[in-house]
Amino acid sequence: MTIMRRINLDWPLVFTALLLSVYGVLMVYSAGQTDTPTGVAHAYLRQIDWLVVGLLGAYAMSRASVRLVEWMAIPAYAVAVLLLVVVLIPGFGSGRGSAASVKGWLTIGRHQLGEPAEFAKLAVVLMLARVLAQQKTTAKSILDLWKPMVVVSVPMLLIFAQPDLGTSIVFAGVFFSMLFWAGVPWRLLLLIASPIISLVLGFNTGIWGAWFLAFVGLLVWYKPYIGEGVLLAVANLTMGLGGPTLWDHMKPYQRDRLRVFLDPSYDPRGSGFHVTQSQVAIGSGGWLGRGFTHGPQKRGGFLPEQHTDFIFAVVGEELGFIGVTLAIALFLFLFLRVIRISERANDSFGSLVAFGLMATWLTHVVENMGMTLNLLPITGIPLPFFSYGGSFMLASWLAVGILARISSEGRGGVSGTVRL
Amino acid sequence: MSLHPNEIVRRGRVAAIGITIAMGVLVAAFFRTQIILHEEWALHSDNNRLREIPIPAPRGVIYDRSGNVIAENVVSYSVSMLTANEDSLAATLSRLKSIVHLTTADSSTAMRRFHFASARPTAIFSDASFDKIAVLEEHRLDFPNLIIQPTPQRFYPGGRAVGAFVGYTGEIDDKSLARLRDSGYKAGQQIGYAGLEEQYERTLRGQEGSRFVEVDARGRIVREQGSRQVLPAVPGHDLHTNIDLDLQLYVARLFADSLVGGAVAMDPITGAVLAIHTAPSYDPNRFIGGVAPSYYDSLLKDPRRPLYNKAIQGTYPPGSTFKLAAAVIGLEDSVVTMSSTMPEPCNGFYYFGNREWKCWVYPKGHGSLDLAGAIEQSCDVYFYQLGIKVGLERLVAGGVGLGFTKRSGIDLPAEHPPSWPDAVPEYFDKLFGPRNWTRAVELNLAIGQGQNAQSVVDMARFYTALATDGQAAQPEIARTEPTRDRIITLDTAQLAQLRQALVGVVSSGTAASAAIQGVLMGGKTGTAQTNTFKDGIEQNDAWFVGFAPAGDPKIVVAVMLEFGGHGTRAARIASAIIEHYLHAPATYRGVIEGAGE
Repeated sequence: MTIMRRINLDWPLVFTALLLSVYGVLMVYSAGQTDTPTGVAHAYLRQIDWLVVGLLGAYAMSRASVRLVEWMAIPAYAVAVLLLVVVLIPGFGSGRGSAASVKGWLTIGRHQLGEPAEFAKLAVVLMLARVLAQQKTTAKSILDLWKPMVVVSVPMLLIFAQPDLGTSIVFAGVFFSMLFWAGVPWRLLLLIASPIISLVLGFNTGIWGAWFLAFVGLLVWYKPYIGEGVLLAVANLTMGLGGPTLWDHMKPYQRDRLRVFLDPSYDPRGSGFHVTQSQVAIGSGGWLGRGFTHGPQKRGGFLPEQHTDFIFAVVGEELGFIGVTLAIALFLFLFLRVIRISERANDSFGSLVAFGLMATWLTHVVENMGMTLNLLPITGIPLPFFSYGGSFMLASWLAVGILARISSEGRGGVSGTVRL
Repeated sequence: MSLHPNEIVRRGRVAAIGITIAMGVLVAAFFRTQIILHEEWALHSDNNRLREIPIPAPRGVIYDRSGNVIAENVVSYSVSMLTANEDSLAATLSRLKSIVHLTTADSSTAMRRFHFASARPTAIFSDASFDKIAVLEEHRLDFPNLIIQPTPQRFYPGGRAVGAFVGYTGEIDDKSLARLRDSGYKAGQQIGYAGLEEQYERTLRGQEGSRFVEVDARGRIVREQGSRQVLPAVPGHDLHTNIDLDLQLYVARLFADSLVGGAVAMDPITGAVLAIHTAPSYDPNRFIGGVAPSYYDSLLKDPRRPLYNKAIQGTYPPGSTFKLAAAVIGLEDSVVTMSSTMPEPCNGFYYFGNREWKCWVYPKGHGSLDLAGAIEQSCDVYFYQLGIKVGLERLVAGGVGLGFTKRSGIDLPAEHPPSWPDAVPEYFDKLFGPRNWTRAVELNLAIGQGQNAQSVVDMARFYTALATDGQAAQPEIARTEPTRDRIITLDTAQLAQLRQALVGVVSSGTAASAAIQGVLMGGKTGTAQTNTFKDGIEQNDAWFVGFAPAGDPKIVVAVMLEFGGHGTRAARIASAIIEHYLHAPATYRGVIEGAGE
């Protein structure tokens, strides 16, 4: 006899995730419908397989109590870091598709088993949540945050070495989001982020100058430790002045090499071809789109990576602004629902895990959609529930399972009861 | 971390607002791209995948005067290819080589075509054989960017028989393209070359249509019909000519392969060109879409020069046919009358300037003749003296007045101008050196020799004036407006007398052997010296220009046989043409069938 146990299933969460997954599988199917058939034509079948595996995984995760998950955080993190090290060993890592130079796939023999980075995202969220939950007082200085910084830095650097800038950016997004949720003052967050902001703004002297003045004001207001303040100031000056100077002194081929390193899909010859084709597809969709499976840009093969990174361009072309808005609305509903789960979680760990998982998806969605519109650089980040790929689909649904569990253990807001 | 409920709610609200704003920004960004900039991107998308395929326009049909076809269009198949760059074109060509016969020249022509018009489909075969099409259709999947489409192709049923005037069509060459780009010509299009095809290009040429096919990112055709509408081609206008195809084919048959020369048959009143032929001719059908080098070489190497039009380009001393011009000038100047005799009767030669000037009957003589008799017998001695009487200046000016310095104005390209002195003494000073010449030149000019070279069509034009009221008709193949120009100012009686003398030439004179039963025909033979010798014997050009019926001329025929010997040979050809035209016996109608090569 099985033990009958009543758990409260967060139907809005699961149903939204399911809707997004079905929407995604349909789009993967459509992405395969090209005038000249390619292997992508059958990708949707494998995507369905992975969705089923993901649902089973989600069910399994939902059976694990939050305490068990918290206990699992350390071994999961250790395994994730180990796998990230393994893929860096020649022979165990391999690339795929347009990012063939990124050795992100764990490979044994000729079999590509999966992308440890996707698993690492989950593990890092759990580990960060554990570390931050244990912190009894609110962090006031950078020194107080050394533990979470180490937790995020190790996998981030390992992934950066693959080299996969996009996934590294996801870690940064998750890191800052979870610090925010843990109650770290936004001024401190800004101070921590300031060297990176300096690097980005450094290419425009005027804007960087204004930023630096604001940064100094922030220092005076926040009054960090002298050592920290000096360190931050030096870091900002180095990034803001040194970065562009170094860039200016680089030869064009060196710049290209750096850009290819940071962004493997960057093609120094066909500059912007991919992104232009993506914009053409989305822009030509109009209000209602060209019709499911009928997008000419996709059909003719003008759209690059139409089933993975640029799948949302297929949505834009075939289902138009309405289809795009529907997808964004579903994501927004999912995010708001997860914030609610975070708010009502039973303890700090569950709350932080929920918020961290939401932040992971959010970073992916913003970066991926921004990339298809040429608002953000191409970094090869997939769109959750949509982009073809087993590891990410599985990881996303494991996250749904964890969230469902946190939700059912949390206070109130239960929308349904189910016998399992 | 702080878990105070107020803190949590506050942060939750900040996060919710922040995320909602972020999603709102994304929606706004999509709205901008998909709705505001939609037109621009949609056009971009169309340009990405739609390729314009030109639909060639059929050229106008060329008809003869009774509606028989001289030039028409037949369906052939062209093979062209849409390609993104030279590399992929070269790669496809080399792959094509393995399945169809494709010469290196074909390949380089295709590469050249791509270079000049890369946006248009590059023609690989403009007229592919059925076998080739069958093979290519079989390999259709391997070559998804090939376009095989029916293309109108010119065909001349008359073949070589119409080669003298019809011209041919071919792909526009670089020079013509540079000149005609403003008129809407594009690389790869067909254009008329030579003959009527060139002369009436504007009329015959239609307006190219276009359709759009959909291609994928690699330039492969994925759908034959794009979303844009097909713009049908507008056929060119038909051309109705004055040519009598039956007569034209008959003339070609008379010349066959053995005779070398040219012939022009005209209506003396309207100037309508009934037939115009040069022999040997070439087959314009073999020039369509690019002439085969072997055929072109054989034409170039033929000593009879088939590419040289002996009716409008070749100019030859007109010989005795020109004596009528001397007679007209003498009569106009009242130096002679029809019954005038010359001081010296013909003893076979005339003594002038320390030299004996022979008559063609030498060593015999014509005795004493009047002008009519001198025309009938073509007496050189009479015309030497006539030339002296008229004087060089008047003779030259008279020739200019009769139009011997101007092209006939026939509506064909590349007509060569005749040569005739334009001014005395400058012309001769320039030719021989000042005062390095004597009045002997006027003796030569008076009998159609010397500084005189006329084309067959020029002489035909002159005789239209003789055959009628003194007005020369401009030869017209397709024009409908007769243009007549009074060049002879003699009165009706004098012209009638001249015609009477020309009738005498045929009835009892030099062309007596060419007389036609039941038809009164007038004309003049010419046996022109050419200064070209073969086995020690001078090769003469044989001329005859005549008209019939003499009382009411319906046709003027000029025939010239290059190195053809005596003018009577030309006269027999001309009389056959005239007889055929006037009688049009049904037995000859059969030539239409067997003529196309």
